Amino acid sequence: MTAILKIEGLCKEFTLHQQGGVRIPVLDGVSLQVDEGETVAVTGASGRGKSSLLKLIYGTYLATRGAIHVRHCGGWVQTIRAAPRAMIELRRQTIGYVTQFLRVIPRVPALEIVAEPLIERGMEPSLAAERASHLLARLNISEKLWGLSPMTFSGGEQQRVNIARGFAVHHPILLLDEPTASLDDDNRHRVLALVEEARAAGSAILAVFHDEAERRRVCSREVHL
Amino acid sequence: MTPLLSVTGVCKNYGARVGCADVSFDLWPGEVLAIVGESGSGKTTLLKCISGQMEASSGSVYYTTRDDRRVALDAMSEAERRFLMRTDWGFVHQDAREGLRMGVSAGANVGERLMAVGERHYGRIRGAALDWLARVEITGDRIDDSPWSYSGGMRQRLQIARNLVTAPRLVFMDEPTGGLDVSVQARLLDLLRGLVRKLGLAAVIVTHDLAVARLLSTRMLVMQGGRAIETGLTDQILEDPQEPYTQLLVSSVLQV
Repeated sequence: MTAILKIEGLCKEFTLHQQGGVRIPVLDGVSLQVDEGETVAVTGASGRGKSSLLKLIYGTYLATRGAIHVRHCGGWVQTIRAAPRAMIELRRQTIGYVTQFLRVIPRVPALEIVAEPLIERGMEPSLAAERASHLLARLNISEKLWGLSPMTFSGGEQQRVNIARGFAVHHPILLLDEPTASLDDDNRHRVLALVEEARAAGSAILAVFHDEAERRRVCSREVHL
Repeated sequence: MTPLLSVTGVCKNYGARVGCADVSFDLWPGEVLAIVGESGSGKTTLLKCISGQMEASSGSVYYTTRDDRRVALDAMSEAERRFLMRTDWGFVHQDAREGLRMGVSAGANVGERLMAVGERHYGRIRGAALDWLARVEITGDRIDDSPWSYSGGMRQRLQIARNLVTAPRLVFMDEPTGGLDVSVQARLLDLLRGLVRKLGLAAVIVTHDLAVARLLSTRMLVMQGGRAIETGLTDQILEDPQEPYTQLLVSSVLQV
């Protein structure tokens, strides 16, 4: 298989200047590789830095040491200390990140939230809306809600809108942070089906799943932190 | 690709007092940069220096024009600079009264910028004004009213329409939602966010409100005591701030 993500000796330490400069080590020398078309589970007890690892790859956290290599548009890019606009480009084309939390924007309807990444990649708005409706329907969001801002939706509905947005475009690398947390069985299966399809389409997936049965269903191997 | 705006070592002193000191950054097409920091940190001084509203004490600002020439702001003639500010650039003031002509109607406020770029056809000017008022959610029956009869939120939206009618490439905004009610702010923010994305505008937004920065910007620059102390992706600055002052700023907000 072809590698698409290579992490070498990744360390992360937070320095809390407001609390006497206390240092909190989170990751100490993590190395891993993910190939196209495989789903790797990140495991480890709470506080071992599973979410931090995903945020470091996405660029939301700055690494203290180490290297993250991403295959992007035919070449390798080392993303630690990359310029913000390079990171934005990586996110637009290559790295997707899906959590259970939707950042609601006042007045923007659910359908637009889901269609936005498609339009950003240059898809014609009516086609983007069609694809977005398809995803919302698959994730069991009632059609009456599509034109409304998710501000008033339930937690589970917001979560599924966020997942629909995360899966709207194909990402060669997909980072999933407990996407199924607190969903009921039916919706959980719908989300897992999307994960399986993304992998079949060639995405390299790095995922945190709380539930062991889910991990077994979709992941081909585990990385223990 | 070249940066739309290159700011190198910009300083501004007010006598012995430092307004801003040695600030450098590049702004690329389509990027939205938020400049944050507490009041007195030099945000507005910097904004005025880089947008040609105020002369910097030292340093340079380069702008790449539509015909791909890289021009130094301070090397331009006053007429050239004025033309640039009326066409390619927009400036949204915190106080809409500074950015509007309060003595003429709302429609004339929008139409005036078009006339400045050579449009003379009354029907087309009025048509464009109506279109832009609608885009900022002002109904057409208010076109002939004076901005004095508008609410604060409406004035701010009118100021935005006035700035965007000439299809600028770069818009500077100084606390665009400052002084507005929270509900009015949300509407304005959503509107700005939509316009910036649809038009592919580059923007520099000064704000002390981190929630505004999070919603609108892709990158942030944090200022303290006139200096740019930290810069990075918006979500990175908010979730993993490095500098002591940035950590204080982020942790002082209840939720962003």
